[in-house]
Amino acid sequence: MTVTAQPAVGEKALPGATGPTPRRRTGRVRRIALPYLLLLPALLLELLVHLVPMVIGIVMSFKELTQFYIRDWGAAPWAGFDNYSLSVDFDAPVGEALLHSFFVTCAFTVLSVGLCWLLGTTAAVYMQETFRGRGFLRAIFLIPYALPVYAAVITWAFMFQRDNGLVNHVLHDQLGLTDSPSFWLIGDNSFVALLVVSVWKGWPFAFLIVMAGLQNIPKELYEAAAIDGAGMLQQIRRITLPSLRPVNQVLVLVLFLWTFNDFNTPYVLFGKAAPEAADLISIHIYQSSFVTWNFGTGSAMSVLLLLFLLVVTGVYLVLTSRGRRAADV
Amino acid sequence: MSSQSLSKRSVPKRSVPKRSLSAPRSPMAAPRSFLWSRRIFLTLLTGFVLLPVYVMLSSSLKPLQDVSGEFRWVPSGLTIRPYIDIWSTVPLAKYFVNSLIVAGAATVFSVVIAIFAAYGVSRYRFRGKRLFTVTVLSTQMFPGILFLLPLFLIYVNIGNATGIALFGSRIGLILTYLTFSLPFSIWMLIGYFESVPRDLDEAAMVDGCGPLGALFRVVVPAAVPGIVAVAVYAFMTAWGEVLFASVMTNDTTRTLAVGLQGYATQNDVYWNQVMAASLVVSVPVVAGFLLLQRYLVAGLTAGAVK
Repeated sequence: MTVTAQPAVGEKALPGATGPTPRRRTGRVRRIALPYLLLLPALLLELLVHLVPMVIGIVMSFKELTQFYIRDWGAAPWAGFDNYSLSVDFDAPVGEALLHSFFVTCAFTVLSVGLCWLLGTTAAVYMQETFRGRGFLRAIFLIPYALPVYAAVITWAFMFQRDNGLVNHVLHDQLGLTDSPSFWLIGDNSFVALLVVSVWKGWPFAFLIVMAGLQNIPKELYEAAAIDGAGMLQQIRRITLPSLRPVNQVLVLVLFLWTFNDFNTPYVLFGKAAPEAADLISIHIYQSSFVTWNFGTGSAMSVLLLLFLLVVTGVYLVLTSRGRRAADV
Repeated sequence: MSSQSLSKRSVPKRSVPKRSLSAPRSPMAAPRSFLWSRRIFLTLLTGFVLLPVYVMLSSSLKPLQDVSGEFRWVPSGLTIRPYIDIWSTVPLAKYFVNSLIVAGAATVFSVVIAIFAAYGVSRYRFRGKRLFTVTVLSTQMFPGILFLLPLFLIYVNIGNATGIALFGSRIGLILTYLTFSLPFSIWMLIGYFESVPRDLDEAAMVDGCGPLGALFRVVVPAAVPGIVAVAVYAFMTAWGEVLFASVMTNDTTRTLAVGLQGYATQNDVYWNQVMAASLVVSVPVVAGFLLLQRYLVAGLTAGAVK
């Protein structure tokens, strides 16, 4: 296999090589071209699926792209900044709904990322030392991460059913905490439901990353601290948490981006129409695009979302890197 | 060769028990209060994690009246009826085959393409290398919804212009999914390839292998655990994706991610069947993940820890 593949690459690089010393030039061309040839498939696909669509998305946001133009989107009339001004006109229904969705998403993301991080870190610190059943427990904790999103979330949707779900059975029938069975998947409670599912699904990743980070802390640090009389809590506060800083910097950012952009969880939990209290931004854009078939406005909202994420990521990286440097000094 | 390198790569996992033998955190015994709080916390957390798993498993074996009325912790009787009925309520087998084809093909292509790209990055210096890695990785942070609309249009327009049906076809979905896992796969494989000593492929080239010969005869066999990890990750990504599947498939190409919701749109939701179907579609990925988790965990975390 390799024997046949190798000359083929050489031949591809060959056409330019017609000189007095073809053998040497072929070798050189091949050496220069080879890394690019190796990257070419990956590059082409990334271009097709990510980069070109992104550019087109930006162009689309300046077009009046309604359902009449979908077959031939180039013919859609230019809209200038109309799509943007429609999106950010917070007094009109479209802008108001977008702003509401944005705030819901922010609150959801802060709570979800915070809880995921807290659960993951606590579990990882508790499981830093080996004990019997630790490996087994770790495998169990990774199940939410391994389960396909739709299978897990549909199970939660069943648990949150008003009449035959587990949650109301426990809260109402068994504990008597509520006067009547509550609705979880519509109305204000849906925010709580979404948060619970999101944390359940997201914390194992934090656990995984923090576990790996803990393995890199040299045990001599703990030994030295113990000799100096530091107790367990002090060791965690003075050694474990500061050592995790670089890991946390990446982890929190990744969790933030995933949670903020999450589409799958609310989509499976609520179906196409998310309740207002849990109207995450991805769902919101999806709905306003595919329900009204107005891709121009949807694209403008997507671009605004991207800009927001870029700014937040940039500020976050600058702030945390500076904090890290200051902490090092 | 590969078995030897297999044991070499598993060093990060091995170091766990070794370190714990010498009691990592405190040479003095952990205080009793710590042990108790650990016991309580981990028990509660296990309960939280396993609750849906229990509901899924127990409900999938319940008769219909158990899941239509008030929730029951203990089934009134066990039946495997749901596992038989799921195949006829919705065309689950078709969805299953579609998912297998799409996820399988996306995995194979993603892994092969990632191997080439990672080899290029890890073994060669060239102009634009940093730009390539940064660009590829940064695509990970962008919201899927941003690509969805343009990609939808691109596929529709390519279809109109060339007659190649990307929209609604498996090929379109395969292309999309394989690029989703590609950045992370390349990133993980670069790390694995760099841990394979360069002397090995140089020796192979001296022996007359070309660069690709060295890649497939030396580097790839030495990085099998990493490639397994990447394959598991790519498969899980494709198997679990919902957003693009919901837009880019039609009746014949529908995958499980969308098809599973078919049970909920029936007039009566047969929750025992929904749970049985959820369990059935979860088994391939969860089993694969738990079997291969040490490789995947090592690969996933390598980048974050570095």
